[in-house]
Amino acid sequence: MEVDFRELVTIFHGMLFGGFFLMALSGALVLLLERPRPVPEKVPIWQALFLGKLVALGWLAVLSGAYIVYPWYRAVAPPGADLALYGKQLLVAHGNTAGWHTLGMEWKEHVAWIAPMAATMVAWVMLRHRAVWNAQREVRVTVLGFAGAALLAAAIAGGWGAMIDKKAPVQGGPSYRLMGDAK
Amino acid sequence: MTDPLAPPANGPVAAAVLSCGIGCFLLGVLDVAADGSKAVAGALNFYKPTGPLSGVTTVALVGWVICWALLGLSWKNQAVSFKKVAAASFFLLALGLLLTFPPVGDLLLGR
Repeated sequence: MEVDFRELVTIFHGMLFGGFFLMALSGALVLLLERPRPVPEKVPIWQALFLGKLVALGWLAVLSGAYIVYPWYRAVAPPGADLALYGKQLLVAHGNTAGWHTLGMEWKEHVAWIAPMAATMVAWVMLRHRAVWNAQREVRVTVLGFAGAALLAAAIAGGWGAMIDKKAPVQGGPSYRLMGDAK
Repeated sequence: MTDPLAPPANGPVAAAVLSCGIGCFLLGVLDVAADGSKAVAGALNFYKPTGPLSGVTTVALVGWVICWALLGLSWKNQAVSFKKVAAASFFLLALGLLLTFPPVGDLLLGR
């Protein structure tokens, strides 16, 4: 059982950073739906760590996607090359798969960035201005709305990413054996 | 003297929310602009392997951070009408989300 370098990086991008970011966003929504409590002296350390991890995962997901995985996907194949290593060209070469790029990738690559932007704002308000969040209902509703938008954007990006990678897997580079013997 | 019972100033939170809406809107506008114009796409091609996406996102992020800093300074220690700020922010966020959807961009570009 082997995995190659590009597959491994894609796993980190989509499943580790993106997947855990989605789960953390769901947790943040639960936190934001809590009833406001009397202003604590300090934000609990577990909340600070959780919100910090949420923001870090979001940025790691979009940055690894845009600057590591996406260049492999959109690379131009030299004449006669195996298109299996050039995802974008593989998809647009056929009418029945072109939409995975023209709709899916074109949407995913941009909408994804809204998620960490909104998540950063949400975390900043919760960590630095909890007293305002506690005191004003409209602030709580607005922050909750932006967290919901972040979850929607991340779900769109993650969902399309998973489906596109099934149609045109990003692959290549040295292989690593995970278990078992090579035959 | 500061009234201890007065609600805390919401200006910094309003600045963070509105700048986030502006950043999302800027992202959507730049996405459509780069899609519709080869000149804009070329100008935003900051990192060739990533293509215009690199410039679209970098300019949107820089715009977001600059807006956040300027609004944060302007509204520091102030109480603002949060409902108006929230309405404007949600409107900009919704536009940003819509503009990243390729069929909407194609519609605007007359394709």
